Amino acid sequence: MLIGLLARIGRVTLFVIQETGRMLIFLVATFAWLFRPPLRPFQIFKQLHFIGYKSTFVVVLTAAFTGMVLGLQGYYTLRKFGSEAVLGSVVALSLIRELGPVLASLMVTARAGSAMTAEIGIMRITEQIDALDTMAINSLQYLISPKLVAGLIGVPLLVAMADVVGIYGGYLVGVDLLGGNPGAYWSSIESAVEWKDVYGGILKSISFGLIVSWICCYKGYHTRMSAEGLGTATTEAVVLSSVLILIWDYVLTSVLL
Amino acid sequence: MGDGGESGWVLCPSPIAYSLLPTPGMIKLVGVEKTLGGQPVLRGVDLTIPKGKLTTIIGPSGEGKSVLLKHMIGLLQPDRGEVWVDGMEISHLRGKALNEVRKRFAMLFQSAALFDSLTVFENVAFPLREKSRLPETEVARRVEEKLEQVGLSGMGHKFPAELSGGMKKRAGLARALVMEPEIILFDEPTTGLDPLMARTIHDLIVAMHRTFGFTAVMVSHEIPEIFPISDWVAMLKDGKIVAMAPSADFQKINDPAVREFISAGGTVSLTSSCPGS
Repeated sequence: MLIGLLARIGRVTLFVIQETGRMLIFLVATFAWLFRPPLRPFQIFKQLHFIGYKSTFVVVLTAAFTGMVLGLQGYYTLRKFGSEAVLGSVVALSLIRELGPVLASLMVTARAGSAMTAEIGIMRITEQIDALDTMAINSLQYLISPKLVAGLIGVPLLVAMADVVGIYGGYLVGVDLLGGNPGAYWSSIESAVEWKDVYGGILKSISFGLIVSWICCYKGYHTRMSAEGLGTATTEAVVLSSVLILIWDYVLTSVLL
Repeated sequence: MGDGGESGWVLCPSPIAYSLLPTPGMIKLVGVEKTLGGQPVLRGVDLTIPKGKLTTIIGPSGEGKSVLLKHMIGLLQPDRGEVWVDGMEISHLRGKALNEVRKRFAMLFQSAALFDSLTVFENVAFPLREKSRLPETEVARRVEEKLEQVGLSGMGHKFPAELSGGMKKRAGLARALVMEPEIILFDEPTTGLDPLMARTIHDLIVAMHRTFGFTAVMVSHEIPEIFPISDWVAMLKDGKIVAMAPSADFQKINDPAVREFISAGGTVSLTSSCPGS
């Protein structure tokens, strides 16, 4: 009984170590291929369009309502202490430091990350990836590297957009609907938000972009050769990316603060 | 270890003995073993593919014929054993060195493996655009030529999803041929096709093989159809090559496993078109 339990724990531990190693090798190999010719700017722009531009609507929508909720909750909470004037800084700091990067990345994971896993997984199942390799075209370089770059560039841009939209969402509710002072809203943002906050947000969004494209591409690339395997890979990609984003957010926050 | 480019190899250390290969070997597998998912698939494969000939590998489903094919082009690496291509041992090659070897190959996959986001024209043009510096007019000329050869003229604008199974295979064949490779691997090229379309694909493969003279390795279940079109036939069973012979001689083999497999495929009939006869 006890030996069986220990053996099971050992197997799981070994699997986690092996899988982590494989994922890191995948990441390093993809980066290595990124800098070897032929460079593929068109592929990068194509992926940037897919990951970035096509995620704009869902990210803007999420950010707008998050900002509006922050405005609503913040206004009534701060009014209890007579501090409505700092509503702008509460909304802006919450969004720039935490909610903007985390929520935008989770939305990108759900929309673009899952699609990346499914697309690469189908290419694996239908032997399109093998076909690339037989043509002496490195599949990591052709398929994965552009997605990784697009994640690194696209997610920070989306996060920046989410921050701005969220701050305006907070303004809409806190000032336009509930009658807060517009001057106080903007001036509290100006006085409270420092370069360190913006820098931290950018750093988080870059690392989250890397996590999303890395995990989702890895899971798709190593899909088991069945429809069920593809479904499992897509689920695992979304869950693992989301969990890693939250864990990494905590780690980075504790380092940056 | 022998040189893969050596002329007149004797290779058939299998239970059933074989004659000297009449031409130099292009691909040679020596003691290849492979385990996938804890299951031994190849258990010491020894096989020589003669240069410029069409060799068909037959055998029961799930015996690892496609796995064997993937070893020849370096998509899989053996756990043990060696894979020689024209005198070069490739099982340890990676990256650029392996890509150099792969440039001599093309492969027609079971599912045709066309890129579904590209049109038929773009699929066939893909290796040319990626691997050559030909001007676009020359790329277009070559693609149209290949599409015409496989009977897909005027279909270049269609996407793979709009094609029938047979048309997909033909488009895959056009893509395989467009770089004029020395070796083409066919992984069950007629699976899922009706008998007439299967015959059309076989005829096309034979016609292209005669025209371009490439070394061809085909994995197939189509018995007896493969006998008239193949130069050599090998049988994979229990993870080993148990028989290999010129097509006409293969049907005379008296091994029970071979007999059983052949007879299960239908009545064997050779035609005068048999290149091996």
